[in-house]
Amino acid sequence: MRRQFPLIITFFIGIVIIISEFIPHKPFGQLSNTFYGWFLIISGFAIILGQLSLFKINLIKISRKAPNWQYYIIALVSFSIMVLIGILWGTQKQPGLLANTQPLVAFFGRKPFDYLFKYVFENLSSTMFSLLAFFVASASYRAFRARSPESTLLLISAVLVMLGRTTIGTWITGWVPESLTYLHLPNIANFIMEYLNTAGQRAIMICAGLGVVGSSLRIILGIERSYLGGK
Amino acid sequence: MKILNILTKIDRRIIFLLIFFGVAFPLLVTINFKLGVTKNVRKVYNMIEETPENSTVVISYDYGPSTKPEIQPMAIALLNHAFRKKLRVICVALWPMGVQMCNEALETALQYFPDLKYGKDYVNMGYKAGGMVTINHMAKNFRSTFPTDEGGTPIDEFPILNGINNFNKIAFIIGLSAGDPGIKQWVQVAHDSYGKPVAGGSTAVQVPFLMPYVNEQQQLTGLIGGLKGAAEYEKLINLPGFATKGMDAQSIAHLIIIMFIVIGNIGFFASKKQKN
Amino acid sequence: MIYIMERIGVWVGAILTFAILSFLYKDNPFYKIAEQIFIGISAGYWFIYTIYNILIPNLFTPVLTDFSNNRLLLLPAFLGFLMLCRLLPKIDWVSRYPISFVMGTTAGMSLILFLRSDIIKQTSETMMNPFSAPDLAATIGQLILIIGTLTGIIYFFFSKKHEGVFGTTARVGIYFLMVSFGAAFGYTIMARISLLIGRLNFLLGDWLGIIKP
Repeated sequence: MRRQFPLIITFFIGIVIIISEFIPHKPFGQLSNTFYGWFLIISGFAIILGQLSLFKINLIKISRKAPNWQYYIIALVSFSIMVLIGILWGTQKQPGLLANTQPLVAFFGRKPFDYLFKYVFENLSSTMFSLLAFFVASASYRAFRARSPESTLLLISAVLVMLGRTTIGTWITGWVPESLTYLHLPNIANFIMEYLNTAGQRAIMICAGLGVVGSSLRIILGIERSYLGGK
Repeated sequence: MKILNILTKIDRRIIFLLIFFGVAFPLLVTINFKLGVTKNVRKVYNMIEETPENSTVVISYDYGPSTKPEIQPMAIALLNHAFRKKLRVICVALWPMGVQMCNEALETALQYFPDLKYGKDYVNMGYKAGGMVTINHMAKNFRSTFPTDEGGTPIDEFPILNGINNFNKIAFIIGLSAGDPGIKQWVQVAHDSYGKPVAGGSTAVQVPFLMPYVNEQQQLTGLIGGLKGAAEYEKLINLPGFATKGMDAQSIAHLIIIMFIVIGNIGFFASKKQKN
Repeated sequence: MIYIMERIGVWVGAILTFAILSFLYKDNPFYKIAEQIFIGISAGYWFIYTIYNILIPNLFTPVLTDFSNNRLLLLPAFLGFLMLCRLLPKIDWVSRYPISFVMGTTAGMSLILFLRSDIIKQTSETMMNPFSAPDLAATIGQLILIIGTLTGIIYFFFSKKHEGVFGTTARVGIYFLMVSFGAAFGYTIMARISLLIGRLNFLLGDWLGIIKP
C-alpha cells in the first residue's frame, strides 16, 4: 500500500499520457486531458506545501535557537505580512476579504500587496541577481586563463561574443570595408552562435534528451523509485 | 617583478568599483554607439508584421523582477508592435511574478494606445503552474485552464476570448522567459505538438541553449536575446527605450571585463615565463 | 499623499538595494536582514498568487458553484490535501500518492516531448545537405554544424573508452563544446551586466533623479 500503490499510479498515468499522444480519441484523450487539469490543481497544492514547509523550517530553527536564528524571524514576519495583506485587501486585480480598499489605494497609490511587491520585492530581487555582475567580472579576471587549447578556445569564443554582441563591436570593426563584411565583429559573433555554439548545444540537447527519455521510462516502469523516499 | 605582482593581484574591490562606475558613467553621459539588427530579432519582427489585423495572439510572461531589466523592454516593445498592428493580445504567465510584470508592461505600452479596451483588445489571464503539462492543457482546453482572468472575472465576459477553446484560433505565441518553464516548453508543446508558430524573448543567459531551436523547421521562429536584442527591437519599431539607453553601459562594462581578462592572462604568462 | 508614499517606497527600495550591495564588501547584518525579507516576501507572493490564480478559479469556484458538474475535482483536491500531509511526519507517506501522480504525468509527457523536440527534430535538422546553402560561409557553417554535433555526441558516449580514432573524434567534440561554453559565458556576463544597468538606472533615475528613469 505504501510503495506498490504509488508505483501502480505512476505506471498507469504515464502509460495513459503516452498512449493519448498516439490515440487521442476516447478514452485516452479524455483521460489525459482530465489528468492535465488535475496536475494543475495538485501543482498548486505542491507550491503551498513549499511555502508552508519554509515556514515550518524557519519556525524550527527559531525554536531551537540555531545560529543566526534572529534573522529567520524576519523571514517569517515578511511572509506573514505578505500573506495577510494579500488575503485581506487582495492584489491589483483580485479583491480580498475586505471589500473597501479605496482609502488604502488613495494612501499608497496602489494596494498594499502591490506596494510591497513594487518597492520591496522588485528591488531586492533584481539587486540580488545583479550582484553576480561583480562576481562574474572578478571571476573572469581570476580564472579565465589560456592554460590549454580547450580553455583558449573558450576564452576566445567568450571575448568575441562579448564584443560582437554589443554596440562596441559594430564600432570597433566599422572601418572594415563592406567586401570584408565577414570580418565584422557582429558577424563573427553571429557565426559562432549560429554554427559553432549550435553544434555544441545540439549535441548536449540530443544527449540530455536521451537521458530524459531513459529516466522517464525508468520512472514509468517502476525501476527508478527514489522519488518515493527511503521508508 | 613589481608590475607582475600588481597585475596578478588586483584586489577584487577595485574590479567591483570599476564595473560600478563603468556602468554608471555611460548612463550619465550618452555615447550612442551604432546599433545593428540581427537576423533572429528581425524574424520576430517580421512574424508580427505579417500577421493579419485582428488576429489573436498569446504572450507568455515567464519571468520575474530578477530579470526585469533584460526582458521588460522586450515585453513593452512587443506589446507596442502588436497593438500597432491591431493584434489582440492574450497574456498568460507560467511564473507567478509574470502577472505583475505583464501588468507593468501593459501600463507602459497602453500610454500610446489609450483607446484599447481590456477584455476586447487585450486581457491578462494570470498565472498557472505546471509548465509543459499546463501548456498542453491550454492547447486542448483553454477555457478550463483559464476559467477566469487574473482578477477572477469569468472568461465568457471577454469578447477577445470568444471562440478561443484551444490554440486553433491563436495566430502565434511569444514566450518571454527567464528559465524553466519558458520558451523551451512553449516550443516543445505549442510548436512541436500543435504546430503553432512560437517566437521568444529570453535572458542572454538562455540564448546559447535555445539557439538549436532556431532552425529550418522553425521550432522557434525567432529569438530576441537579452538587452541587446531588446534594443534591436526598439530600433526596429522606432521606439527607443530602456534597452537602447543601456547599450552604451553594456558595451563599456564588457570592455572593462575584457581588459581584466587580458591583464589576468598577461600576468599569468609572465609569471609562467619567470618560473621557467 | 500618493507622491509621498511613492517617494518613501523608492527610498525603501534604495536602502534595500544598498543593503544587498553591501555584501560586496563582506557578509554583514544588513545583507542578512535584506536577504530574509526577500525570502519571506517572495514566499508570501507565491502563496497568494497560487491561491488566487490557481486554487480559487480552477478548484474552489467550480466545486462550490457547480458541484454536480465538477464533483470529479474532489479527487485532485484530495490528492492535494494528501500532498500537504507531508508536513506531518507520522503520516507523511500518504504524500507519495500525489507525488506518484505528478511523476507519472511528468514522465509520460517528458518522454514524448523530449523524444520529438530534442532528439528527432534536432537529429533531422542535422541531417541536411550543406552544399544547398546559399553562400560559401553558410556551407562552411553547416559543415561545421554537422561535424560539431556528431563529434559532440560521440564525446558524450562513455560506454567506450576514449582512445584511438574514437578518442580523437571525441576530442574534436570537446573543442566544439568549449566554444559553446565560451559563448555561454559571454552571454552570462552580458545578462548580469544588464541587471546591474537596471539597478543603476533605478538608483540614478528613480532615486536620485539625475537621469530620466
